[in-house]
Amino acid sequence: MNYRDPLATARGLGSAKSGFGHWWAQRVSALILALLTPFVVYCLARSGLSDYTMLIAQFANPLWSGASVLYVLALFWHARLGLQVVVEDYFHGRGLETALQLAIKIVFSFAAVVAVTAIARLALIS
Amino acid sequence: MSQKRPMSPFMIGPYYRPQITSMMSILHRATGVILALGSLALVWVLVSLSMGETAFAATRSCLASPYGKLALAGFAFCLMYHLFNGIRHLFWDTGRGFDIPAVYRSGYAVIVLSLLSTAIIWWLATSSGGAA
Repeated sequence: MNYRDPLATARGLGSAKSGFGHWWAQRVSALILALLTPFVVYCLARSGLSDYTMLIAQFANPLWSGASVLYVLALFWHARLGLQVVVEDYFHGRGLETALQLAIKIVFSFAAVVAVTAIARLALIS
Repeated sequence: MSQKRPMSPFMIGPYYRPQITSMMSILHRATGVILALGSLALVWVLVSLSMGETAFAATRSCLASPYGKLALAGFAFCLMYHLFNGIRHLFWDTGRGFDIPAVYRSGYAVIVLSLLSTAIIWWLATSSGGAA
């Protein structure tokens, strides 16, 4: 007698396996980036990256620094997922493909952590 | 495992004429790769900003150099293209806009919008006095 829920026996066995999670994460991060990018680009272009005190002062606002953290997390998540798919498509074979996939994970995790640390520092010194 | 098999866009060129649909698709991927690698430069800007005024001045002079400006302009175009074409993709995800005339219309709209917005960004950046 099998007491297992039919859904439990079927879950994860489709051809997509965990692929839907990857697809969905790419869309969620895309939406966050699409909403925040116009704002980020406008702020950067208008400042011309020239006024140091003005750039720093913006991070004193928790809404601004919080949005920056959300932005960099969504950005590196999206970039990591995207590059992973590109490597899956064009690099075949154990050595180079695995090395590239590992490098992408490590570099973009590190970039996300460093970016958040820098924003935290900016929020505290401004 | 590593046989010499043709890779994804192998048919374009020798077998059939490039169309806006396939070209825009590959450009979405190419701009995505450039943006992903360029996003690491954003970390560098954030870090130098948090390290103080002298560190940021060095970053700024690097970005304000001719090569820096060229990279920023190219990056701005990649970002705007990937943004507008990404919105096009999100719209497609709802299952709409797939008939051929609609695909061409949205394609031309993305090209016009990305060029226009890149020009606006450049105008904003140069008129703010910073130019970098």
